[in-house]
Amino acid sequence: MTANDAILPRESEASAGQRLDRARAHEDARSQIAARPPQSWFARKGGERMAALGKLLRTTAFKLTLVYLTVFALFAAFLLAYFAWNTRRLITEQITETVDAEVQGLSEQYRLGGIRRIAFAIEGRTRRPGSSLYLLTTAAGEDVAGNVNVRSLAIGILDHPGWAETVYRRVDEQDAPEHHALVRVDQLPGGFYLLVGRDLEERERLFDVVLAAGRWSVAIVVVLGIAGGFFVARRVLTRVDAMTETARTIMHGDLHERLPVAGTGDELDRLAVNLNAMLERIEALMHGLKEVSDNIAHDLKTPLTRLRNRSEEALRAAGNETQYRAALESTIEESDALIRTFNALLMIARAESGQARDDMTAFDAAEIVRGIGDLYEPLADDKGLTLKVEATAPTWVRGNRELISLALSNLVDNAIKYGAAAVAGANGQPAAILLKAAEQGDRIVLSVADGGPGIAPSDRGRVLERFVRLEQSRSEPGSGLGLSLAAAIAHLHGGELILEDNHPGLVGVIALPRVAVPVPAPVA
Amino acid sequence: MRLLIIEDDRDAADYLAKAFREVGHIADLAADGEEGLAHALDGQYDVLIVDRMLPKLDGLSIIGTLRSKGIETPALILSALGQVDDRVKGLRAGGDDYLPKPYSFSELLARTEVLARRHGGREEMVYRVGDLELDRLSHRVTRASEEIVLQPREFRLLEYLMKHPGQVVTRTMLLENVWDYHFDPQTNVIDVHISRLRSKIDKGFAQPLLQTVRGAGYMIRDSK
Repeated sequence: MTANDAILPRESEASAGQRLDRARAHEDARSQIAARPPQSWFARKGGERMAALGKLLRTTAFKLTLVYLTVFALFAAFLLAYFAWNTRRLITEQITETVDAEVQGLSEQYRLGGIRRIAFAIEGRTRRPGSSLYLLTTAAGEDVAGNVNVRSLAIGILDHPGWAETVYRRVDEQDAPEHHALVRVDQLPGGFYLLVGRDLEERERLFDVVLAAGRWSVAIVVVLGIAGGFFVARRVLTRVDAMTETARTIMHGDLHERLPVAGTGDELDRLAVNLNAMLERIEALMHGLKEVSDNIAHDLKTPLTRLRNRSEEALRAAGNETQYRAALESTIEESDALIRTFNALLMIARAESGQARDDMTAFDAAEIVRGIGDLYEPLADDKGLTLKVEATAPTWVRGNRELISLALSNLVDNAIKYGAAAVAGANGQPAAILLKAAEQGDRIVLSVADGGPGIAPSDRGRVLERFVRLEQSRSEPGSGLGLSLAAAIAHLHGGELILEDNHPGLVGVIALPRVAVPVPAPVA
Repeated sequence: MRLLIIEDDRDAADYLAKAFREVGHIADLAADGEEGLAHALDGQYDVLIVDRMLPKLDGLSIIGTLRSKGIETPALILSALGQVDDRVKGLRAGGDDYLPKPYSFSELLARTEVLARRHGGREEMVYRVGDLELDRLSHRVTRASEEIVLQPREFRLLEYLMKHPGQVVTRTMLLENVWDYHFDPQTNVIDVHISRLRSKIDKGFAQPLLQTVRGAGYMIRDSK
């Protein structure tokens, strides 16, 4: 299409040049010029048709059809050729057998009764209907008996005993066209030559029939194949064109569009379904990205504003070194919090992109749970909570020890934060946090259960997003990234983070794929 | 303490050198990898502070070259790549410590001092600070000859602090060396562990040994 488009204007430019010349040469040539535009319109229309044809011919479906067609045609031709050749061989065999028998019979006659008897036998045989060809000559080549004209034979046939193909005429048909025959020449004792043969017309006719049939069937295969190819290619092309059109719309920014699915379940449908799934994912990711950048902008602006205001305030109001020092210290603290937020964001991004996947080993998750329990136990105790750990059975997972510890520590951190808040509001009975590592089918679940306010089921999906903090937790310190990071880490390990109800409270569950317990290396 | 700072960011290098000099150390500067390697090869330094990404020769290669020549000067790697696996790579290449950017100077100072002192190494079987004694073999801790019962984790915490008496030990150093965690927990869990330990070893004694260094970390010291 593009090639034609590129060529056509140049043609019309050329014709414009010619027009000018012609106009100068012949003043009366205007009618010709007037007739030109419709002609070039036809050319353009024809060009489009050619381009469409070219596109059709270039389709994979058509090329495949063509390849199959060639292969089929070749097979058909080969099969017919084999059939023809075999038939021919069979007939030839039959002829030789017959001729051999006749020669044997006639030689016997000659042996019994000499030249006279054999000549008589030949004369007798020639009179039978559908007789073979016989010729008996003297050593000099003079005709003694038989039904073949000796002069019609190919030159030198009689000089070489054995099998040969030759042209011949019967004695009784002088002007008829020459026939072909397969003959055997024998020299009889006494110098006579005996020629016995059969006409080959039957063989040739059969061969012609097969050949004709072959030609026709190959021609039909080719014609039908090309037509079929066109049909298939056109059908495929229509669908591919529709897909291309949609893809183009999507590329221009409309991510809601989806590729058409015909519902036939063929490979094009499968492709469309998969591409649609991909688009779905891309759209979700784009949406997430947009939300994240909005959130980052908002959530980082707040502490930065605070930072700026405090510095300004110090600059304006601080009178002595102690006050300046306090202002600077709070500035550093705020900056550290910002850096932590950035680190968490980077870690989430890296976990989500799967970059940390190289550094994975198999380890006992129960050990991690005990370690984190050990780390947080004094803090929980300090807040009036009891932290219990139930992790005795070995629970093997494959992953990054450090990252899973981090995810778990985020959950415990949350549990302590909200569990403690609940204790403050409750009737004084000590709330417990339970850390557990257990095997559940083919998964290892690491769970942290608290007695805090919990999260309403409708909010459980949302809190996993970056920077999302629920109303009741706005007053608590935190970045709103802890659960997002835990979820990203669980995903990185092929697992998931599930939030459940603890009646009351929240259970944060990190579910990971279980791996086989590694066999300890033999001690050397 | 004599330091070599190999850092291509002029501002950061000058700031570091000035800060180290202020607390009484000698700091040399090298602006690229090759210059840094040349300095490290012929100078007598207690600690090398090496930026990971440098022009001409990167930080890990410098350390690799030094180690292959048998020079064991402790090296601390600074890097903007602060992720878990980057740290592992840095330590595998022969670095002795790893600090992701941005860092606080107090953290860097504490780690550098520990690295410099570690060269001499305090590896005796019994650590003593004032009247506090920690027997690493029998896991017994006594203060003024009176036994103090510690939990295993508390013992390791005290052991690490007493291994570096008079030196500032930061929270992240404790997390890394006592718990083997290289991430930063949201809450300061370490403070609670320290206050528990403190209540066991200092409570009832006139002379507190375990001190909090504001804005930096903790130090165990006989202040008499």
